[in-house]
Amino acid sequence: MEQPNPAAQTLKFIVIVAMIVAVGYPFLLAIGTSLSSKAELAANGGYVLFPTHPTLEAYRVVLSGGVITRAAIVSVGVTVIGTALSLLCTIALAYGLSRPRTFAGKPLLLIVVGTFLFTPGIIPNYLVVQELGLLDTYGAMIAPILLNAFNIIVVRAFFQGIPDELHEAARLDGAGELTILCRIVLPLSKAVIAVVGMFYAVTYWNSFFNAMLYINDPDKLPLQVVLRSYVLQGDTFNAKALGVSVLPASTALSMAVLILAVLPIIAVYPFLQKYFVKGVLTGAIKA
Amino acid sequence: MSAAASASPTPTSQNPPDLPHEAPGTSGRKKASGTKGTPGRKGRKPADRRSLRERLRQDRTLLLLCVPGILYFAVFFYLPLAGNSIAFQDYQPYLGFKGSPLVGWDNFKALLEQPEFWTAVWNTLKISAVQLILYFPAPIALALFLNSLISNKTRRLMQTVVYLPHFLSWVVVVGMFQQVFGGAGTVTSYLNDHGVHVGNIMNNPDTFIYLITSQSVWKDAGWGAIIFLAAMASIDTSLYESAAMDGAGWLRRMWHITLPGIRPVMIMLLILRLGDILSVGFEQILLQRDNVGRDASEVLDTYVYFHGVVDGDWGMSTAAGLMKGVIGFVMIVLANKFAHRLGEQGVYQ
Repeated sequence: MEQPNPAAQTLKFIVIVAMIVAVGYPFLLAIGTSLSSKAELAANGGYVLFPTHPTLEAYRVVLSGGVITRAAIVSVGVTVIGTALSLLCTIALAYGLSRPRTFAGKPLLLIVVGTFLFTPGIIPNYLVVQELGLLDTYGAMIAPILLNAFNIIVVRAFFQGIPDELHEAARLDGAGELTILCRIVLPLSKAVIAVVGMFYAVTYWNSFFNAMLYINDPDKLPLQVVLRSYVLQGDTFNAKALGVSVLPASTALSMAVLILAVLPIIAVYPFLQKYFVKGVLTGAIKA
Repeated sequence: MSAAASASPTPTSQNPPDLPHEAPGTSGRKKASGTKGTPGRKGRKPADRRSLRERLRQDRTLLLLCVPGILYFAVFFYLPLAGNSIAFQDYQPYLGFKGSPLVGWDNFKALLEQPEFWTAVWNTLKISAVQLILYFPAPIALALFLNSLISNKTRRLMQTVVYLPHFLSWVVVVGMFQQVFGGAGTVTSYLNDHGVHVGNIMNNPDTFIYLITSQSVWKDAGWGAIIFLAAMASIDTSLYESAAMDGAGWLRRMWHITLPGIRPVMIMLLILRLGDILSVGFEQILLQRDNVGRDASEVLDTYVYFHGVVDGDWGMSTAAGLMKGVIGFVMIVLANKFAHRLGEQGVYQ
């Protein structure tokens, strides 16, 4: 390697700073605004980066038990239950397909991989959900996105990488497939399960279109849909619906909802970040 | 972790009766794998001499594990795929799938006569083209940049930063753009106060296409760079060393070693992108359609949604969706053929 060139170093430094600002600035702006008082927001034209007298008023209102709290609870419930079900089915299917010479293994794998080629379309999907009687139920936010073929391929590839000798040894000790799966395979696959679990959780948490399409009952709407109506469509906050008497500034409230919608992701991201590149690549390369 | 715990209760009931049957089969299976050598390889298998019934019984646990997943794909993927046949019906919700009359190609004919449909097609193609030119190279450029960072610490920090937006929902991303570039947004206000009149960038139909492309870059370029970084990591470092010995600067090394090294990945992603030529950021556009108006933002997916689900024109919008799917499928097959012709591996063999 030759000596680094100072001009190139400076340029790289500028690019690095620019990227950090591009990603970080909107977050800081949202946090700053959500913590600002009405007077400070009015003086600053609506947004504040660093509030002089931070106040948690907006969060108190948002979490006071009104529509937004309820939407957040719906989102948490759908995410937790959905992710658990998704992981359960993904692990089961991926394990079933990962053993060599399973009866009909090849055609079953084709059924999964075949879903990459073609998307069925919005209308037929809607009709299936309707026929199953899932309209206006929490199930409509889980069932249509329960499994993802890519995630199954990732998990299957990881399972296949586990040495066959371990299976043989367990089998000699009299273990059945389920015991092998739970006692040997799963403990070795924590990283990939964590990554795929995060992918599913993020999908459920961020899912907006399914709820918009299938849910009419305002009590069952998840956070993303509520966020849309307050932040993007400019719906005005209603003190009664929020369960309070006096409202803080509406931009502060909007930004508090926005932060609420991002918080879980920011909270788990650092813990899983070290795994996910490896997890994604195992799947992408072997698939 | 919680899944590992919860994986056991439901199917465990199958376990005890399974064990005795498993025992005799195990020896046979072991012998077969002994002759096969490496377990993970999917080469030629020795002929399985067990009878069908025996195999079914031995693999019962594995097959049962597959049932929920396969059932899911059958109901939520293959059933709707077959449901596309209502494109050939005058579908009436109260008559249902069986009762609605067949009308042949009428829906398609009516569709092709609709000016709104052609607006949607035209917008879709325009957005796809702009994204191909402006978005597609972004992850590659970003990967080249990240790859050029020598300090591991800096590189890891930057990866953490640029991957993050991928995990935000479109509602959040559009909300964040709104606070920066919207009418009251910080950047807009700053520019307007300092004599550059930009108006509301979020509501401008003329620049909508660039707005959504920059949103896509912000959200997904970092994530898209992962696969290129992996491809770059697998390039033999001795190539760089010998090139440096021969006096090649970083630019030449990038041009003659790095870029050819990631060419297969680039071509694979390009093919996949071509298959998606008719689907451009559905949620993203749906969220901003009201701001900029239909003329600028109606794409095939939003057309299908508004005409089908909202206006109840089921048959015709299914026809539009089906057409989209078929064209995307044909594009992938053609692009893959073309890649083979050029001596590349493509997406599949």
